[in-house]
Amino acid sequence: MAAPVKVYGPPLSTAVSRVLACLHEKDVEFQLVPVNMAQGEHKKPDYLKIQPFGQVPAFQDESITIFESRAICRYICDKYADKGNKNLYSTNPLVKASIEQWLEAESQSYNPPSSALVFQLAFAPLMNIKQDEELIKLNDQKLLKVLDIYDQRLESSRFLAGDEFTLADLSHLPNTHYLVSVGNRGEAFSSRKNVGRWWNEISSRDSWKKVVEMQKSK
Amino acid sequence: MVMKVHGSVFSTAAMRVLIALHEKDLEFEFVPVDMRAGEHKKEHFLALNPFGQVPAFEDGDLKLFESRAITQYIAHVYNDKGTPLVCEGKPMATVGVWMEVEAHQFDPVASKLQWELVYKSMFGMATDAAVVEENEAKLAKVLDIYEARLSQSKYLGCDCFTLADLHHLPGLTNLMGTPVKKMFDARPKVSAWVADIMARPALAKVLAMRNQQ
Repeated sequence: MAAPVKVYGPPLSTAVSRVLACLHEKDVEFQLVPVNMAQGEHKKPDYLKIQPFGQVPAFQDESITIFESRAICRYICDKYADKGNKNLYSTNPLVKASIEQWLEAESQSYNPPSSALVFQLAFAPLMNIKQDEELIKLNDQKLLKVLDIYDQRLESSRFLAGDEFTLADLSHLPNTHYLVSVGNRGEAFSSRKNVGRWWNEISSRDSWKKVVEMQKSK
Repeated sequence: MVMKVHGSVFSTAAMRVLIALHEKDLEFEFVPVDMRAGEHKKEHFLALNPFGQVPAFEDGDLKLFESRAITQYIAHVYNDKGTPLVCEGKPMATVGVWMEVEAHQFDPVASKLQWELVYKSMFGMATDAAVVEENEAKLAKVLDIYEARLSQSKYLGCDCFTLADLHHLPGLTNLMGTPVKKMFDARPKVSAWVADIMARPALAKVLAMRNQQ
């Protein structure tokens, strides 16, 4: 039996939780390897060997070591195509193209404003860093514009890429969870009919509930 | 029905797609979008890309946006044509990593520098020296990591040219015409890699498209 894959980093990290959600969806056994970020472990030579940018997560599977959460998710879906949720990253080229489009939209349009807000609203207070009101305002505006586009898309589509829950939807879970639970931004999602419906559905998945539990216990 | 690319030859994102199509020797129709006139924010374009950004792409009934999703589609579906732009099996994992590195580590910084050093003057706006300095420092760190990577691998993703390298070409084309060039020149492996990938005929064909506009 093959050794479980290894994920390096704390579940509280949005990027780490993206990978954990994917592993749960695909029913792939994994071992979580702690990285003590408070002590700067992620910037030390041993860690930089596996992730040269000094960020979490990093990932190992047999002899392969990779990083960047969305690359890790794609790898997991490709390697374990027959396991767990087979629709997550369809092998059908036309369906996959749509998944990639919305995964890139998440990466390029949703992630920048939502990440900035997650840092300002959820993490800065814990780190005794003063919140930047201008930055919050700017990114709130950007986020709402993106949500308007999502609401229009989700009017005619159950999930972003089509009728099935895919990697494109999954990729939104980590940042949105913080925005809604700690960042006081729930209304931005619930006030948009289709976005609200979509968020309720994707955040209720067993895979995400397991990740949230892991975040609570670390 | 021939593939269509909607965009501007001066858009870095559109260039990414055009280069991929030329690498694969694929026939396509280029549909110019008049961005100065705000065409990309009008109804008929928003139907192709609701984010109001170029490029948009059509292949038969398939419509796509996001340049990196389009290049991936082209690379996989037309795998047997022209230059292979992805790998099979194990090396693809690492190609995937460096595609994400371009998107998340290189492009945000490169874009800010291009805005300050290339685009602002086109619009009669003044360069912000502080922003340039801040982003040059960030780029230096990224390029140091690239230098280490390219000491172990001929190209970023693996030993052949792939999308991981291609995606950098539009940004590099702009930056190598600015003082930022010295940052690439100062790192021998990076410098050799830049020279190599910028010498590819597909890029020359796309730049020739620019000169015709």
